[in-house]
Amino acid sequence: MSAAGRRLRVVVAKPGLDGHDRGAKIIARALRDAGMEVIYTGLHQTPDQIVETVIQEDADAVGLSILSGAHMTLVPRVVELLREHDVDDVVVTVGGTIPNEDVAALKQLGVAEVFTPGASTEAIVDFLEDSCGRRARMPV
Amino acid sequence: MAPALDHVPVSFEEWLAAYGLNPERDVPFRTMSGVPIDPLYTERDFPAERDQGIGLPGQFPFTRGVYPSMYRGRLWTMRQFAGFGTADETNKRFRYLLEHGQTGLSTAFDMPSLMGLDSDHQRSLGEVGREGVAIDTVTDMETLFGGIPLDEVTVSMTINAPAAIMLAFYVVAAERRGLGRERLGGTIQTDILKEYIAQKEWCFPVDPAMRLVTDMIEWCSEHMPRWHPVSISGYHIREAGATAAQELAFTLKDGLTYVEHAIARGVDVDDFAPRLSFFFNAQIDFFEEIAKYRAARRIWARELRDTFGAKKPESWRMRFHTQTAGVSLTAQQPLNNVVRTAIEALAGVLGGTQSLHTNSFDEALALPTEDAVRIALRTQQIIAHETGVVNTIDPLGGAYFVESLTDRMEELCYEYFDRIDQIGGMVEAVKTGFPQREIADAAFELQREIESGQRIVVGVNAFTEGDDGATPVLWIDPALERKQIERLRAAKADRDSAALEQAFAALKAAAAGLQNIMPALLEAARAHASEGEIVAALQEVWGDYREQPVF
Repeated sequence: MSAAGRRLRVVVAKPGLDGHDRGAKIIARALRDAGMEVIYTGLHQTPDQIVETVIQEDADAVGLSILSGAHMTLVPRVVELLREHDVDDVVVTVGGTIPNEDVAALKQLGVAEVFTPGASTEAIVDFLEDSCGRRARMPV
Repeated sequence: MAPALDHVPVSFEEWLAAYGLNPERDVPFRTMSGVPIDPLYTERDFPAERDQGIGLPGQFPFTRGVYPSMYRGRLWTMRQFAGFGTADETNKRFRYLLEHGQTGLSTAFDMPSLMGLDSDHQRSLGEVGREGVAIDTVTDMETLFGGIPLDEVTVSMTINAPAAIMLAFYVVAAERRGLGRERLGGTIQTDILKEYIAQKEWCFPVDPAMRLVTDMIEWCSEHMPRWHPVSISGYHIREAGATAAQELAFTLKDGLTYVEHAIARGVDVDDFAPRLSFFFNAQIDFFEEIAKYRAARRIWARELRDTFGAKKPESWRMRFHTQTAGVSLTAQQPLNNVVRTAIEALAGVLGGTQSLHTNSFDEALALPTEDAVRIALRTQQIIAHETGVVNTIDPLGGAYFVESLTDRMEELCYEYFDRIDQIGGMVEAVKTGFPQREIADAAFELQREIESGQRIVVGVNAFTEGDDGATPVLWIDPALERKQIERLRAAKADRDSAALEQAFAALKAAAAGLQNIMPALLEAARAHASEGEIVAALQEVWGDYREQPVF
């Protein structure tokens, strides 16, 4: 539940060209089962399409699932576009095959958390509930 | 009288009573795919008369292997999948692998190539050469195989939606070296049904995509006697989360669907069926995997002979490549993956695979380093040369458990065949999302088992202490993307625009008409059309594909 008392709205997105959607679909289902409203974009989304979805859906968080190695191009672009649109209250998380060095770099950019293979859906649910709740309570 | 622990059982019933004396451990005794497993298998599960149905190696229905001599005659082909950066970098990796005793090549393409986009396309940004090699034109293809004797080494290319285009590039690249297409041996994946089902890399709607596959099968049956135009792939279906039974059923049904389409085109089944090959996953549930391969051979042989009337034994023989399961690798304690891969590879070998790729332990983190790839290849060499498992054919044949599980896999497969037939066949099932939903459900179920602790994954949800720490990963220079875009620009600048325009006009006419499209693709390749240009031209006629996102 967000601080505003509504169910958390989360966009699960597959940026880029890779079609590995097993993880994204599992996460989407687990978040829904945990009571969140989940918008799954489907495959092959451009950063622009994703940001548009985030804004239109008034999402609390966006989870980007990337297994193509293109995360250092696609994630910065999404973060940048969110900023350009003055969206600063959306929690951005990334999931996929992300090497350690890149995890640190992504967090520097403003990604709240990076989930690599083996992360449990429970940990992801907890993280989102926690961080979305916290952000919503922060003074604007 | 109640059995006592010191009593030696003399019958099955007595053994069963003795078994009941000790409580079982509180874990589910079932395969990874959920097939319940009994504590013991005996002749009750596999009576002697069933033995007749198994056959000998090389004999219908090929349960025990497709060839009479199997690994005593020839070992499987050790074929590591490789590709990254531009054609230059991958050519170097190919030569490295050949120098280290690999016996065949397998090409991994990057995402833009797989999706039919050129490296300079806006949507390719950040993806060029990342997950495989970037191939845009015939020139790239020539560089990729530079210095490699294409009439000696067999080459596998893992590409599907634009497979016909890549094949045209390959044929033209060889042609320029004076090698006729009839001398080229290898495999191109081309299995578009499993793209819609699992891997999700597509260019066109389902119907024209099926036409393109059928065109290739038809053309190869006339022009490329050593080439396998389709590698019907369960690998990606399994990676997407399918059970072993789903992998088996959906893959074989895909294969049977290609057979139906080619026959409907008027190609004699015995003219193409011998060159259909398969590609399966090797997951960690050892015996279930072995049973899956054995069942697969039997079902394929029966369907080809009895349903499609194939006369040649070569048409009945299901030959397959195996790759260990990428999805079984863990980012945690990555060295454990060496062990997982070895066990999975052994299942492939005991299941009678014709070629094998072993994953590298660092692949849950990134593309593999050379050191990691070498260990993966060495794993195969240890199985082949040290363990002795190759000394006899199908060493598990006749084992009550393995034979019984093979039967069970076969039953589960036919249950799915029935459900797919009720929907109206595989093309229809794919359009309605049936296999996609079944796989998503199975994937979710497995994840639930892992998270509830019912299923243990070592290093992930148990035994988590002592991670190996920093594993070095392959770093791909982002400058390679720029290098490839430069290569493409140079190639595009150096073309005869009249020839190119003519080639595109002929291509679109062929796409709109009914004739086989392969000759027009070859002409486009000769005119230096890029992959992305060719796909875009075909999309003008055929349209593209969008999936209805469901989870």
